[in-house]
Amino acid sequence: MDPMLAEKPVDLAALSPVDLHHRVAQFLYLEARLQDTHAYDAWEQLWEDDAIYWVPANGHDTDPERQMSILYDNRSRIKVRVEQLKTGRRHTQTPRSELARLISNIEVVAVEGAEVSVRANVLIYEDNLRGETLWAARNEYRLRLVDGAFRLVRKKIGLVNNARPVFTLSFLV
Amino acid sequence: MTETSTLPRIDSLIEPARVHSRLYTDREIFEEEMRRIWHRTWVYIGHESEVPNANDYVTKSIGPTPVLMVRDRQGEIRLLLNKCPHRGNQLCAYKQGNRATFTCPYHSWTFANTGELMGYALPDGYEGVSKAGVGLGKVARIGIYRGFVFGSMAAEGPTLMEHLGGAKAALDQLCDNSPTGELELTAGFLQHRTRANWKFMLENETDGYHPGFVHASIFQVTKSGIANLYGKDSTALTRDYGNGHTEFDLRPEWRRLDTPLKWFGTSEERLPEYTAAMKAAYGDDRARQIMIDGSPHTMIFPNLFIAEIQLFVLQPMAVDETIQHVTAVQFKGAPDINRRLRQQTMGSVGPAGLLLADDTEMYERNHRGALIHDPEWLVLSRGLHRERRDENGFRVAHSTDEVPQRGIWRHYLSLMQE
Repeated sequence: MDPMLAEKPVDLAALSPVDLHHRVAQFLYLEARLQDTHAYDAWEQLWEDDAIYWVPANGHDTDPERQMSILYDNRSRIKVRVEQLKTGRRHTQTPRSELARLISNIEVVAVEGAEVSVRANVLIYEDNLRGETLWAARNEYRLRLVDGAFRLVRKKIGLVNNARPVFTLSFLV
Repeated sequence: MTETSTLPRIDSLIEPARVHSRLYTDREIFEEEMRRIWHRTWVYIGHESEVPNANDYVTKSIGPTPVLMVRDRQGEIRLLLNKCPHRGNQLCAYKQGNRATFTCPYHSWTFANTGELMGYALPDGYEGVSKAGVGLGKVARIGIYRGFVFGSMAAEGPTLMEHLGGAKAALDQLCDNSPTGELELTAGFLQHRTRANWKFMLENETDGYHPGFVHASIFQVTKSGIANLYGKDSTALTRDYGNGHTEFDLRPEWRRLDTPLKWFGTSEERLPEYTAAMKAAYGDDRARQIMIDGSPHTMIFPNLFIAEIQLFVLQPMAVDETIQHVTAVQFKGAPDINRRLRQQTMGSVGPAGLLLADDTEMYERNHRGALIHDPEWLVLSRGLHRERRDENGFRVAHSTDEVPQRGIWRHYLSLMQE
């Protein structure tokens, strides 16, 4: 655990912008590391019960309740997704993708109570049996401070090429 | 890199119960397929509900060729090719929209959405030149059945009804699951890029042998009984409708269980609005039978796959690249079941699908395997000894048997030889 998070602040608005930005960045890097290393259980535990994990298709302003998305999971489907990866028979991830992702352009958009809205860009390098794939996305997050640590409430992964055909996306994006 | 340029005789590569790997990997064979299959036979283009209003258009395809499916101002469906006849420029750069005319950005030639040239820019340079015959290319024939729009690049050939043959029943079965008898494909398509030959998809859509293995992970996690449909004791059938159309017929299992909406893993109680609408539309007995039988699992050659709750459209781009387009089936006038159809579809299919990502992994491994020269021949003999004819004369066998794949290749061979 990040020692700074162990201080358990209860009021995000009371943090200095630099402090808040640092805590947010540390959390995004933590999530990225858990994903890159396929630490499925630890990643799943980041999610709150009212979670939405969303990868839109055909644009960035679609209504996921009406239109198809590449991925649109609530908390229970996140659990199914992770459980499937853990069976060892999720063929598209056996062998697992080799991954390294860079997160940058982190912006704190708004703070409301214990929640903070964040934007960031991500570039993911994937290598698997098919070959090398580069994924670029403009992400939006809503994080919630729970017991002094951030948790994921909402994550929208805006693949820049989501209106075009994309290869299988079976790692944790 | 040099390549051999001798196209082998196709009939030397296809036998009744085995096919040669080269059929999936040879560029010349792919080009020949474009000519003899994709530019000749009926190909599924799109659904009328995707262009509901006058002047709506959406970009569809026949293989790598983009096709504009347009509803003109009179309400008629048109299939236009996206190429300005002046200098060959791509005419429309957008996937969909609403417009009565298309103007080429290069020299501003403008076309009505019926395909006719309306006018030249700076017309003094075309004095005495007729506009007649300078229109957009068109798909030669259009056939529409229950909202499903098909196109054939060949001016002559079998009618759409002759092509569909017995598989027409699958489109009827699908539409009967709608309380209005109509579909509304309004949710948009996922596009799954796949580095594999299109025929691996064509064959796998009605392969009942693979699900228990390829999808074991998700069946295990969700404690699904679906695996039983693909087991030794299943009464489900594989079927060859002829003309390359194939089916995985689950109705014997659903009728044995005799429970409405079991096919969709739900119940009348959980979908009360849908159930009421179905009974109002068809009467109690017929509605009950429709909701027991469920939606079909049928591959209409060469590119429309009705996967019970999804529609897939296969688009070959190259010998080793295919795009799987997929959307949720949506029934007009049935919002409660439609929501569930979308949710299930998003979970199951597309690039991140809990099912299709594993199928697609198999397709790509199939293709890499096909590039290995030994053994050359791939085996399709499963259930050969227990094929029989159903009451309509179509070949059927056990749910895991390779009746569909043998039927696909029989039709493929006839098209490639004609």
